[in-house]
Amino acid sequence: MSDDVTGATGAARPEWPLYEVFVRGKRGLNHVHVGSLHAPDRTMALHNARNLYTRRNEGVSIWVVLAQDITASSPDEKDPFFAPSGDKVYRHPTFYPIPEDVPHI
Amino acid sequence: MSTVTAQETPPGADLEHQAEFDAKVAADQRIEPRDWMPEAYRRTLVRQVSQHAHSEIIGMQPEGDWIASAPSLRRKAILLAKVQDEAGHGLYLYAAAETLGVDRADLTERLIEGRQKYSSIFNYPSLTFADVGVIGWLVDGAAICNQVPLCRSSFGPYSRAMVRICKEESFHQRQGYELLMRMMEGTEGQRRMVQDAVDRWWWPSLMMFGPPDAESPNTRQSMAWRIKRDTNDDLRQKFVDMSVPQAEKLGVTLPDPELAWNGERGHYDFGEPDWVEFKQVVSGAGPKNAERVARRRAAHEKGAWVREAATAYARKHQSAEEATV
Ligand SMILES: [Fe+2]
Ligand SMILES: [Fe+2]
Repeated sequence: MSDDVTGATGAARPEWPLYEVFVRGKRGLNHVHVGSLHAPDRTMALHNARNLYTRRNEGVSIWVVLAQDITASSPDEKDPFFAPSGDKVYRHPTFYPIPEDVPHI
Repeated sequence: MSTVTAQETPPGADLEHQAEFDAKVAADQRIEPRDWMPEAYRRTLVRQVSQHAHSEIIGMQPEGDWIASAPSLRRKAILLAKVQDEAGHGLYLYAAAETLGVDRADLTERLIEGRQKYSSIFNYPSLTFADVGVIGWLVDGAAICNQVPLCRSSFGPYSRAMVRICKEESFHQRQGYELLMRMMEGTEGQRRMVQDAVDRWWWPSLMMFGPPDAESPNTRQSMAWRIKRDTNDDLRQKFVDMSVPQAEKLGVTLPDPELAWNGERGHYDFGEPDWVEFKQVVSGAGPKNAERVARRRAAHEKGAWVREAATAYARKHQSAEEATV
């Protein structure tokens, strides 16, 4: 963990790293990204996330992740990274014509 | 630079990017932090989002003044929760601003050095407890008018922050209106206090929507970028139309002799706010500008030892953890 993650000015100012916050809204749902915050360590990040993002029962579980530890695909929506899923129409149920009178399928 | 915030793009050869950006905005899609965006769009957003964040943070002060003097435990708990929400709003917005590649500590620095602005409304004093009610009703009411359309703002992190904020604002407005209803049921003196607070806050609330469209040069570009979704004057009209029946129900008079229903337009006509006063307050000469900023600076400076201690504690524990691995 380095002190200058935010690339900030002023050495006199203690810099806290950026954490991304994920909240599980209720049991049975995935954790969803809700925002970010700065904190000196993981424990404080969790506490701050609770105070900031769940003041009204918005969650039953929180994850905090150092932003610098997240590896992301490139932002472009036409990214060739996603090409493998674009041309496989046979992965979708609509690819298969079934007569109307076949029930429950 | 984190992997989830904005990236620098080399200048030039941006025509294709520009076309893609325009198409996304035109199709009402959201722009995300790592998407290419015109530099002016980024700069406009940084300015708007950080001013909005500063407004939430400074906005804690007029009501914060009344926490210790709230007339009941119930009102104190409500006011604490409301002011805490405003701190939260500021933090959601600083987080959104940071996705544009700016640094939160730097924005705070700019605020306490007076290099960045915040909403002029918070430079007025809160003189009685009725002001707490009127701020909730009118100031948060105007903020709701402003913010609901921003939930569809073209920049993803900003629009998502606005969705969270709008969910919380309705409590703010309702607690204010309910407080005023109770006071209006009270003594003659209490009713006078409410009317006095309404008289003082009505015009500054109308100014919250910014200068008239004719004098708001940035509006057109911001609307083209879909950072803004409505003009200042349209939002102001909407707010007036919403507030008049609320004032009638409450039994207070809005301090505008020109206020009258216009059946032809289907809207209320209303008088012109004092734009000279508006300009003075925005440029720093309002009744409370110096005090608000000084207080924010004092809070920041007095909190320095806490931030340093937390950093030292985190370092110590990290090296202890590394030593045991
Ligand atoms: Fe707010
Ligand atoms: Fe509010």
